[in-house]
Amino acid sequence: MTEHTRRQFLSASAGLVVAVTLPLPGRAQSGAAAILGQDAPTQGDFAPNAFIRVAPDDTVTVLIKHIEFGQGPYTGLSTLVAEEMDADWSQMRAEAAPANAELYANLFFGMQGTGGSTAMANSYMQMRKAGAAARAMLVAAAAEEWGVPAGEIEVAQGVVRHGASDRSARFGELAERAAGMTVPEDPPLKDPGQFKLIGTEVQKLDTKPKSTGQATFTLDVYREGMETVVVRHPPFFGGRVANFDPAPAMAVPGVVAVREIPSGIAVYATSTAAALKGREALDVEWDDTEAETRSSEEMLQAFSEAAAAETLVAEEAGDVDGALEGAEQVIETEFRFPYLAHAPLETLDAVIEMRDGVAELWMGSQFPSLDKPTLAQTLGVDPSNVIINVMFAGGSFGRRAQPDAHLAAEIAAIAKAAGRNGSWKLLWTREDDLHGGYYRPMTVHRMRGGIDAEGNIVGWTDVLANQSIMAGGPMEAMMDKGLDPTAYEGATKMPYDLVNFRTSWARMESPVPVLWWRSVGHTHTGYATEVFLDMLLEAAGKDPVQGRLDLLRADAGRDRAVLERVAAMAGWDGQRVKGDRGYGIALHESFNTYVAQIAEVSNDNGMPRVHRVWCAVDCGVAVNPGVIRAQMEGGIGYGLTALLYSQITLLPGGRIAENNFDDYRMLRINEMPAVEVEILDTDHDPSGVGEPGTPPIGPAVGNAWRALTGQTVTRLPFTVGVQS
Amino acid sequence: MKMWKVSTVALIAILSAASSGWSEEVNGLRTVDEFDGFTDETARSQALFEEMAKVIQHPRCLNCHPADNTPRQGMEMRIHEPPVVRGDSGFGAPGMRCNTCHGSENVDYVSGDGSIPGHSPWMLAPIEQAWIGKTVAEICAQIKDPERNGGRTLAELHEHNAHDGLVGWGWTPGEGRESAPGTQELFGELTNAWIEAGAACPEG
Amino acid sequence: MYNLTVNNREVSVDVPGDTPLLWVLRDELRLTGTKFGCGVAQCGACTVMMDGMTRRSCVTPIEMADGAFVETIEGLDTPESQAVQAAWVANDVPQCGWCQSGQVVSATALLTEIPQPTDDDIDNAMAGNICRCATYQRIRKAIHDAASTLEG
Repeated sequence: MTEHTRRQFLSASAGLVVAVTLPLPGRAQSGAAAILGQDAPTQGDFAPNAFIRVAPDDTVTVLIKHIEFGQGPYTGLSTLVAEEMDADWSQMRAEAAPANAELYANLFFGMQGTGGSTAMANSYMQMRKAGAAARAMLVAAAAEEWGVPAGEIEVAQGVVRHGASDRSARFGELAERAAGMTVPEDPPLKDPGQFKLIGTEVQKLDTKPKSTGQATFTLDVYREGMETVVVRHPPFFGGRVANFDPAPAMAVPGVVAVREIPSGIAVYATSTAAALKGREALDVEWDDTEAETRSSEEMLQAFSEAAAAETLVAEEAGDVDGALEGAEQVIETEFRFPYLAHAPLETLDAVIEMRDGVAELWMGSQFPSLDKPTLAQTLGVDPSNVIINVMFAGGSFGRRAQPDAHLAAEIAAIAKAAGRNGSWKLLWTREDDLHGGYYRPMTVHRMRGGIDAEGNIVGWTDVLANQSIMAGGPMEAMMDKGLDPTAYEGATKMPYDLVNFRTSWARMESPVPVLWWRSVGHTHTGYATEVFLDMLLEAAGKDPVQGRLDLLRADAGRDRAVLERVAAMAGWDGQRVKGDRGYGIALHESFNTYVAQIAEVSNDNGMPRVHRVWCAVDCGVAVNPGVIRAQMEGGIGYGLTALLYSQITLLPGGRIAENNFDDYRMLRINEMPAVEVEILDTDHDPSGVGEPGTPPIGPAVGNAWRALTGQTVTRLPFTVGVQS
Repeated sequence: MKMWKVSTVALIAILSAASSGWSEEVNGLRTVDEFDGFTDETARSQALFEEMAKVIQHPRCLNCHPADNTPRQGMEMRIHEPPVVRGDSGFGAPGMRCNTCHGSENVDYVSGDGSIPGHSPWMLAPIEQAWIGKTVAEICAQIKDPERNGGRTLAELHEHNAHDGLVGWGWTPGEGRESAPGTQELFGELTNAWIEAGAACPEG
Repeated sequence: MYNLTVNNREVSVDVPGDTPLLWVLRDELRLTGTKFGCGVAQCGACTVMMDGMTRRSCVTPIEMADGAFVETIEGLDTPESQAVQAAWVANDVPQCGWCQSGQVVSATALLTEIPQPTDDDIDNAMAGNICRCATYQRIRKAIHDAASTLEG
């Protein structure tokens, strides 16, 4: 989500905030139990609200409304609850909340969903209030049981204590009585100075099961009599089935059915291996009359031409045309970015079970509020009879956040085509994943910058051409004047005082579906703006760090602070090359989190080898510094893979060239730089960390490479760009 | 593969070192009798080795005879992905030996095209038998040198080329891979003829 | 019918001979700790121990594993595996977690052969295990920590 989008979500859902903050009389129940009203919490449980359940065995279970795929909400949101409850960390547990938009909406979206690095930001007050309410009720229960004033009772590390009478009780012992207490409407919250858990590195709640093979993901769900299904999708985007012969697939032992569904040909089998073999045997003829048959090269050329023609202005100030005309020196360049697949290591998958009009889904659903109506509509069942179990997901990076709910639609179509009670597991292979679209949009940036005789930047234009992520789906309503901010975010609202500038956009069309990819528009705007700025500063004879500091607006204090911090961390002394190493810097804010990075790079047979990365981040209050550092490390590794290796290529005719990790290369352990992260100590409300670590690494390495070799790589990935 | 029996033309082809196609070939490799026209035994032996080199320098063979510590893959001889190292005895590193992925035979992928190659054993050729980046003359000298050919006599070398299983894998490389030229039988015959003609090495 | 030992349990499975060991472990034996990531031995998520060596189960037809001794993440129980898993937890290594079973198996195999690995040893053993979340820095540290624990 962009800033712009989030604010719209926020204003649209402002009325809900209070109501949703502590939903009542919701009870903290997971999965099917909550939806079907069965299996209410066991006798003696205390569920003060929809987020917390205290059991007689003293465990506190927090229902997490955000999907966990490594970015840390299970731990982060539980920390908020434990903090305000004064619980002991060892008694905390986390479970996925069921799909219920009223109880578990993302307060920035007004629907249940995860994205835009909002999990912590939108939950910060809500989960603290939930914890504070639970604490107040436990205290009230103790006061009643002991006949003492509530004001004299203290709580610490999961123990409720009355000092004067030397009485104490654990949460579990008070749970039953607490359940009968009045829920406080506005329980007091701690001052940040009183925090005991927030700001510490508590052990992540999902670490142990994920280190022992015990964590249950979607693919690990096995239902009685379940069949495995794989789907042959069209080999080009916008293609359709013309003809198919199910016979060769049906001849494979274990294959039980072959059905045409809207997304392709589904092969049903009693085992995964049989389904895969059946699909290999399938004979399908495709119709490409409405398909994208241009190659990537042809598309890039068309995008480049479009960026030279008439475009929509996204943001402008001053008289940029006049400024460029009067400039002493004008620098022009064009950056080209390929389509990128997210390639989460767990491919897309889902399990569905049909039981007499009830549909139960197990899936790494990132937008349960969109997946649910899609299932209901496709299957013709009432939404109240759709159960969604939000599973641990093996990564997403945006891929599971599907505005068109295409995966839910596909598994629903599979169940519908079977036309009976039963259960089915849908598996996408890696080839399906890389061929499957929903890519980071292919993008062209045409940039012009002007410098005056004193070396000041006097004009800056950036024209982008790419497809819109938001157009044509439920998000289109949020587009204003035909503009999709996800297309160019990061090339607008820059922290620099550029005086005369213009950012504009040419919207491209193609049947190739596009989607947000870890940091969305910032994936390319971060590279284009920060590398281009480096070029201008160099032309003006300015130091990359001091030049940026001098350009920062007066109100860009957070940008300034991370830039100064990272320069200090790396011992920046103005030397861009030392020995065989080059150094490059980049600064980029995304999702209200400010990140600056410096990369140390050498030339390894014509490709950059990144040895070290220094990273300074300001994400407001650091709820769990360990999670923040991990997300910076991971965001850097993810961005580095894309920068160096990744491209999805349409061949002439529209087929995809890349098939698997041998030709869609991933960064490996021997290529991972040593990453050093420092978190600025600020008191801003917490902002997200899942995405903002990614945008700066590309330009930091790109600028280090420029320093070292003199080559500005304008075509990504580097494997292609260093040749051109 | 098609075969032609047009000996006159073939002789011209040999003498003019013209491209194959007119001579008697099996899978792109000329048969031994195509070298009958030589009067000079040394020249004939050299020509036979040049023919053997079509096999030796084919990516199916070169990829596992690197001069550094990592095998190559594919006709373009790219660096092996995932990255792997020679390790002790050419079997890879502790934690990731060659047989972590390569089994006792080729295995077709269940989904998608291609296969993962396999044979028992599956290993890199020793570093002293490095061929990548070497001239045919250099490779020939290495092959004849017992210090650098695994202590083999010429007879043992013939046996190796004609019957070794891992050498033979070059002609049964599995789905998605082009085989080495000729057949292992023909490669053995060429080796034998080369030895009998004096095992001369090409100059250069 | 193929017979093998999985986590010290003798099992017989009646599946076609070309069925990958990965899908036998998951679909037939319900040992779901071993993951699918690529199907072509590129990512290492499916790594198990077979006859004492690491093995990518996605490219291991069951007929090739007939009579083999297989250990999965669920069955690892040696001083090395315990040290590795303790270090994984202490360093909060996993993010999404999908690759981590394979990472733990490879790291355990490395430490079983090389008790005090260098960074190069770690690269050589672990470069076949992709982590899309890029937890590599923590994997490296956790392996060194586990080595220290084992040294005592």
